[in-house]
Amino acid sequence: MLSETIELRGHIIDSLILPKVLDEIITHGATFKISEFRIGEGRADQSFARIEVTGPSADELDDLILRLRQHGAEVLEKKSVQLAAAPADGVFPEHFYVTTNQQTFAQLDDGEVEVHPALMDSAIVLDRTARTATATKFYGVKKGMEVVVGHQGIRVVPFQRTTSRTDVFEFMASNVSIEKPKTAVIREMAREFQRAKDESGKILVVGGPAIVHTGAAEHFEKLIDWGYINLLFAGNALAAHDIENALFGTSLGVFLEKGSLAEAGHENHMRAINVIRSAGGIKPAVKSGLLKSGIMYSCVKNGVDYVLAGSIRDDGPLPDVITDALEAQRAMRAKLEGVTIAMMMGTMLHSIAVGNLLPATVKTICVDMNPGVVTKLADRGTFQAIGLVTDIEPFLRELTDCIEQLR
Amino acid sequence: MRKLLLCAPDHYGIEYEINPWMSRARGADTPIAQAQWKGLHEKLLSLGCDVHLVPGVPRLPDMVFTANAGLTVGKKFIPSNFRHQERAAEAPLFAKWMEDDGYEIIWLPKDQFFEGEGDALFVGNTLFCGYKFRTDVKAHRTVAEILKCLVISVELVDPRFYHIDTCFCPLTDGGAFWFPAAFDEYGQRTIRDHVPNLIDVPEEEAVHFSCNAVVLEQEIVLPEGAPKLVESLGKRGYRCHALPMTEFLKAGGACKCLTMFMPQRETVT
Repeated sequence: MLSETIELRGHIIDSLILPKVLDEIITHGATFKISEFRIGEGRADQSFARIEVTGPSADELDDLILRLRQHGAEVLEKKSVQLAAAPADGVFPEHFYVTTNQQTFAQLDDGEVEVHPALMDSAIVLDRTARTATATKFYGVKKGMEVVVGHQGIRVVPFQRTTSRTDVFEFMASNVSIEKPKTAVIREMAREFQRAKDESGKILVVGGPAIVHTGAAEHFEKLIDWGYINLLFAGNALAAHDIENALFGTSLGVFLEKGSLAEAGHENHMRAINVIRSAGGIKPAVKSGLLKSGIMYSCVKNGVDYVLAGSIRDDGPLPDVITDALEAQRAMRAKLEGVTIAMMMGTMLHSIAVGNLLPATVKTICVDMNPGVVTKLADRGTFQAIGLVTDIEPFLRELTDCIEQLR
Repeated sequence: MRKLLLCAPDHYGIEYEINPWMSRARGADTPIAQAQWKGLHEKLLSLGCDVHLVPGVPRLPDMVFTANAGLTVGKKFIPSNFRHQERAAEAPLFAKWMEDDGYEIIWLPKDQFFEGEGDALFVGNTLFCGYKFRTDVKAHRTVAEILKCLVISVELVDPRFYHIDTCFCPLTDGGAFWFPAAFDEYGQRTIRDHVPNLIDVPEEEAVHFSCNAVVLEQEIVLPEGAPKLVESLGKRGYRCHALPMTEFLKAGGACKCLTMFMPQRETVT
């Protein structure tokens, strides 16, 4: 998407020049945003409008601007971004521009470049020779790299929810309430999943161990087996309790079938971790036939990619868990390309962490018993997230039922 | 008594082609053109006008179309910036004549094309300006700043009607007659919004440049070929004087193109 800012002056309201220009923008498949508008106060006073026009391609935008010039539109000269060199490895220059998760463009002397990826809380590193603008975390910046400072020459395209069809992301804002009509929302979510599958969008699940504790794993496994899940981000706990359940039938020592405590059940997750450690990891454990069921088994069996990120309180951890936080962040970022839906279930910290890595265009659903999780996710910048306050098991059961009907 | 500027067709002819009416192959018949112009001149004199003549210049055949010299309001004269190089040399000659006659000359920026009264006609205190073929909409804005009046910009879409005075003619009662299809839909809507009592001219009459008329209070001097319009205007109390204009139509002009008001309006407030 490329854009130009135009200005209109004169008796543009009485002459219907303004509506004509706006209509022409729309009929040419472009969009507009009026950034400034002043209406003449007296009869002979002229009015003024500054309009940002965004078109699908450079050629189409040029063609449109040419037409708009006939109606008196003047194209605003664009100012290039200001740059400063990074003073040391891992340090940004003072006043560096801090990114959002929205689509962002940087103006260079000879045109705009899009910032990749749309990653929040980063700086923009410019490579003028390669004409690339990269959202870069602290650990990615090296001394002398050119970093954007200030706001000049930066254009952010605010994420707009679709107006062409009313989907779940349209009728639900991120306001969290337990009063939401859950059945309707879940049905619509199922349609979104189907749409993503049909259109080759990737579906990411960020999950906590509650998926296993609440007995929802079997529904989740179905979704994996049916090909609706493409990527799983979790911590040590989800995998450990899933494997505990697969090997011993318990989760945190509780029999999931009966709800009763297993004798010495608190040891089970430690023993499960030990089995996987001795096998050399989850994949070898599946290959050797040690692990025959569960979420992680389904992931391996169906080739669903996963990243397990460690934390300070982990038992074990499982050999697959990446314990270097920055390394885990890099590994997750590397796999996000093509993700269109992110479903976050029963994990506050992983949800916020992954939310920080997602572009605003990713449809994000947060399911948690605790309304505070969704609020927190939105407050930390993942404003596009919609929330559903519910227990995970009935939610996943219903979602699975709905998807089964759509298959 | 209306003060008008005309230019005798001593050097008139079709020497280039800058609108769909012009054809060098067809040309204009000089004796007939001179007779038709004389007819207009005499008619305007007979209607009590104070007619002044600017001398024509060889190789500037369109100088005869004085409406395109510029726009006069009170004692201010805004000269044209002709879009076509063929006519550009007319501008300083008209400006000099107007200056010598005591008008204040206010030039527009050179990059803003403007073709005078041809694209700028008052309805009351509101100036209706055409744009696209000849005049730039940006020039409208500058004219509005100079005159401190409301300027309604309307887009012309039919190349045969390349100036607003070829398809729109204000009347003294605040109404107008016009050929709507010469304007885009926004222009049509704007004109309908701002001008009451419009008379629509059918295409078969509009192509005779019926809208290119000189309105002098209740007297209207217009080209022949518009019986329906003449009848409509008659019902509204106007007396029409239809004149043969065939030789000027070959250059895309008629009665109004051959006439400039000095001023078109005394004041706009």
